[in-house]
Amino acid sequence: MYKLSGKLKLFSIVLMVLGLVGLTYGFLNTPKTVDDVKEILAAQNSHHEGESALSENDETHKEAFVDQARGEEGYAAAAMEQHEAQMDQEHHGNHLEHVLHQLQTKPWSATLVSAFFFFMIALGALVFYAIQYAAQAGWSPVLFRVMEGITSYLLPGSIIVVLLVILAGTHFYPWQNHELVAEDKILQGKSGFLNFPFFVIRAIVYLLGWNLYRYFSRKNSLNESATDLNPYRKNFKISVFFLIFFIITESLMSWDWFMSMTPHWYSTLFAWYVFASMFVSAITVIALVTIYLKSKGLVSFINDSHLHDLGKFMFAFSIFWTYLWFDQFMLIWYANMPEEVVYFVMRIQEYNLLFFGMLVLNFVFPILILMNSDFKRVPWFIVIAGIAILVGHYIDIYLLVMPSTVGVNYSFGITEIASIAFFLGLFIYVVGTGLSKVNLRPEGNPFIKESEHYHY
Amino acid sequence: MSSHYEAPIREPLVTGEKSYHDISVDVGAPVLGKANKSWWIVFSIALVAFLWGLGCIIYTISTGIGVWGLNKTIGWAWDITNFVWWVGIGHAGTLISAVLLLFRQKWRMAVNRSAEAMTIFAVVQAGLFPIIHMGRPWLAYWVLPIPNQFGSLWVNFNSPLLWDVFAISTYLSVSLVFWWTGLLPDFAMIRDRAVKPFQKKIYTLLSFGWSGRAKDWQRFEEVSLVLAGLATPLVLSVHTIVSFDFATSVVPGWHSTIFPPYFVAGAIFSGFAMVQTLLIVMRKVSNLEDYITLLHIEYMNKVIILTGGIVSIAYITEYFIGWYSGSSYENYTYLSYGAATGPYWWAFWALITCNFIVPLTLWVKKWRRNIMWTFVVALVINIGMWFERFNIIVVDLSKGRTPSGWTMFSPTFVDIGIFMGTIGFFFVLFLLYARTFPVIAQAEVKTILKSSGERYKRLREAGKSLEGTATDKRTSQKDSFDAIEHEKHSGEIMLLLENVGEFDPTTQKKDHLQEINGIGPKTELHLNDIGIYSYQQISKMTKREYDLFDSISGSLRGRAERDDWAGQAKKLINK
Repeated sequence: MYKLSGKLKLFSIVLMVLGLVGLTYGFLNTPKTVDDVKEILAAQNSHHEGESALSENDETHKEAFVDQARGEEGYAAAAMEQHEAQMDQEHHGNHLEHVLHQLQTKPWSATLVSAFFFFMIALGALVFYAIQYAAQAGWSPVLFRVMEGITSYLLPGSIIVVLLVILAGTHFYPWQNHELVAEDKILQGKSGFLNFPFFVIRAIVYLLGWNLYRYFSRKNSLNESATDLNPYRKNFKISVFFLIFFIITESLMSWDWFMSMTPHWYSTLFAWYVFASMFVSAITVIALVTIYLKSKGLVSFINDSHLHDLGKFMFAFSIFWTYLWFDQFMLIWYANMPEEVVYFVMRIQEYNLLFFGMLVLNFVFPILILMNSDFKRVPWFIVIAGIAILVGHYIDIYLLVMPSTVGVNYSFGITEIASIAFFLGLFIYVVGTGLSKVNLRPEGNPFIKESEHYHY
Repeated sequence: MSSHYEAPIREPLVTGEKSYHDISVDVGAPVLGKANKSWWIVFSIALVAFLWGLGCIIYTISTGIGVWGLNKTIGWAWDITNFVWWVGIGHAGTLISAVLLLFRQKWRMAVNRSAEAMTIFAVVQAGLFPIIHMGRPWLAYWVLPIPNQFGSLWVNFNSPLLWDVFAISTYLSVSLVFWWTGLLPDFAMIRDRAVKPFQKKIYTLLSFGWSGRAKDWQRFEEVSLVLAGLATPLVLSVHTIVSFDFATSVVPGWHSTIFPPYFVAGAIFSGFAMVQTLLIVMRKVSNLEDYITLLHIEYMNKVIILTGGIVSIAYITEYFIGWYSGSSYENYTYLSYGAATGPYWWAFWALITCNFIVPLTLWVKKWRRNIMWTFVVALVINIGMWFERFNIIVVDLSKGRTPSGWTMFSPTFVDIGIFMGTIGFFFVLFLLYARTFPVIAQAEVKTILKSSGERYKRLREAGKSLEGTATDKRTSQKDSFDAIEHEKHSGEIMLLLENVGEFDPTTQKKDHLQEINGIGPKTELHLNDIGIYSYQQISKMTKREYDLFDSISGSLRGRAERDDWAGQAKKLINK
């Protein structure tokens, strides 16, 4: 039986408090007026003047986005953004208004990135858990309580994310700006789907569906016993239906919460790409938590082979993520259609290091570290690979949100770090408490003996 | 392999009272026996279809591609549809053999051999179409990047069609090696069981000198794992690149990023449908119902449900994003309102019915465990997946960017003939395979017999010991006396030992009784069983003792006396 230690509890609470302080600072410290923006830009310029060669280049970036490949100003910036910029110029006569909007959005984006990152770990773990049930897997039941511990974060995590996307309004979603929609034929065409009430209803449906499955599957799982197969059978059934519900809602969720940040842009693969990121991060966290519990000597029934299998899944889904990344990138690059390439132009031009660095973390590292069969049995290696994967996928979520919401005005500062601290603290606290509730060995599962005997 | 323990709630994968020997006999039977009448009938039909297709191919090549139904707008249709259809079917094989091996699915062992064979035969059919479409197939080698002095121009590496050349040829070679590696122990089994000298010779060649040593098995397992690791990315790469053919270049200005994973799922979907079609027939014809059980069929149906579900979600995504994009061109693509109501509405609805609606019935447990219904659904999916490719190509092309070029496609008898011909060719190959290859990976099935065989599961459940259950009367006679025999002759044994003297293992040494002419390994065992171990004892035997021994062992009457065991034993003592 695991107990969240006092030290860890204190640590998580300190993280949360520090995070909250940092976030409050971030939200309060946004520029309020155009004049504030002028000051900030001026400060940036004077700062850059010392750096000679770069300064001129940077200045142009901040003023107006230029697609360097095409050499046209503003053209390849998200069609949306270009439109916004035009509107700004028409209505307010100033590009600064646009920068102001992006700077005000920044703390919102920073919060969403971390909130979603930790939430998707819980959701991904829940999906992995459901798959184990639906597939009647024999190797994994020893890990069920660990997974259930991680999914206990789903409820708080999902509520926070849903509140964020609902409250963010035009900070994230330009299609909620009525003035903009009034002038945009394409957005009018989408308004049957992209309208606020329907958006909220969908978000609530996802929230309910995911959490109900988590609630009932946990309940059944605790009721399992060697003599009564009914709770197990029920769990098998609801897991299958949850997976159907999930594959549909996950697609809608990614379109709603991320793709509609740049409402003109679309990619059919997008939802599955988000899923890959979610899934590999979740499996990584399952492995890390397992290693942690094993180091405490609490899960002697989990052996090297189980760790080996988790390592294989980390390896496989890192490749799967890269596969989807490549497919989406290659096809859009190959077609080179203006309304589609904007997505990558912004990311490659403005976020170059992060965009390609992420590939190193998410693909090169895992493939090199986890290729060797023996390494996957050494906790140390799994931890190294796991950290690379988690950092890489945090960057992935960062790159989903930031370029679409704050454009070139991104940075990594107090707000971003504070949001990570807050959600990490919350995650540790909730998951630690969740793990402490019951015995970590799922005694009643019909496959528990097969799972314990498992060796490869 | 994972441990032998299996949760009791799992259903058995080998039904009936099967022993290890039964597996060899059952799997070897179709190869070592004679073909029945139904085999000849089906084979003849397939051969006729193949010859008809061959005729159409010859006609095409000698006359020109103009004999096909292609036109300026729809520059490829029937041939590329068939190509993708066949390549897709080729997917289940490597998925079952490689991916399921990595996932340690025990049920793969009964079906992988045929699925792999299907892969290879299907890829052969697929490869025919691009080659025929070249018009001058004798220049087919121009697709390879070879220097210009061989007559070609340097190939275009920017084209997914070229990537296809590499992807599919790699896939074919790795699949072939994988298939053959798995076959080695089974070919060796056939070799060992074959009686006709010619047959024995052939299988000796095919089995590459497999000897069954531990080293052989160790290498076999290592190679299988490495090949599985190589083949898994190949499953993805082949259909990913096929999907690129359309995602990059069917209609200029239109593409869909979901194509790669969706094509892979679709290929596995159609591949499993074809495996079902083939295996449902084969298990009946070759009497393999105990190995390819209802459970196997249900498992494959579950894979069909899964991949079919992924494909359905991709359809919905395509349809939705098409609308969401706000681009009017999207309404001319194959999954759109325009396609559903346009001139190709029948093809659209054939796709939806065959790939989405009909497979939904498999969600009902009773139906997915119904063999007849599974067979019907599998055929329907095969048709549906053909329509999917047809729609992607023909529906998309029929309404391009310039309305003046809009047109329809209709196949000629040559188009249809070649397609039928490839189906015939495929079945010719498959039927020949079913008569000459061990169609079940018997060596691997034997590895799961104890954990998943019905008989063993029952024994274990009853709490009985598994000791001695692996023996079979036909292959192993006990070399020593049964306890009962011992009991029956106890009087005689006592008498015999009284005369020759007891053997005391603490002071005496056991002699090598086979040195005596006339005592073979079996007789030595008999003697030991009675309690005779030394030359000393044998040397004391006389006519009376010889007769006693003969009556106990029930054989060799008079032999011992003739060979003069006692005399020989004395000589050996004095040596």
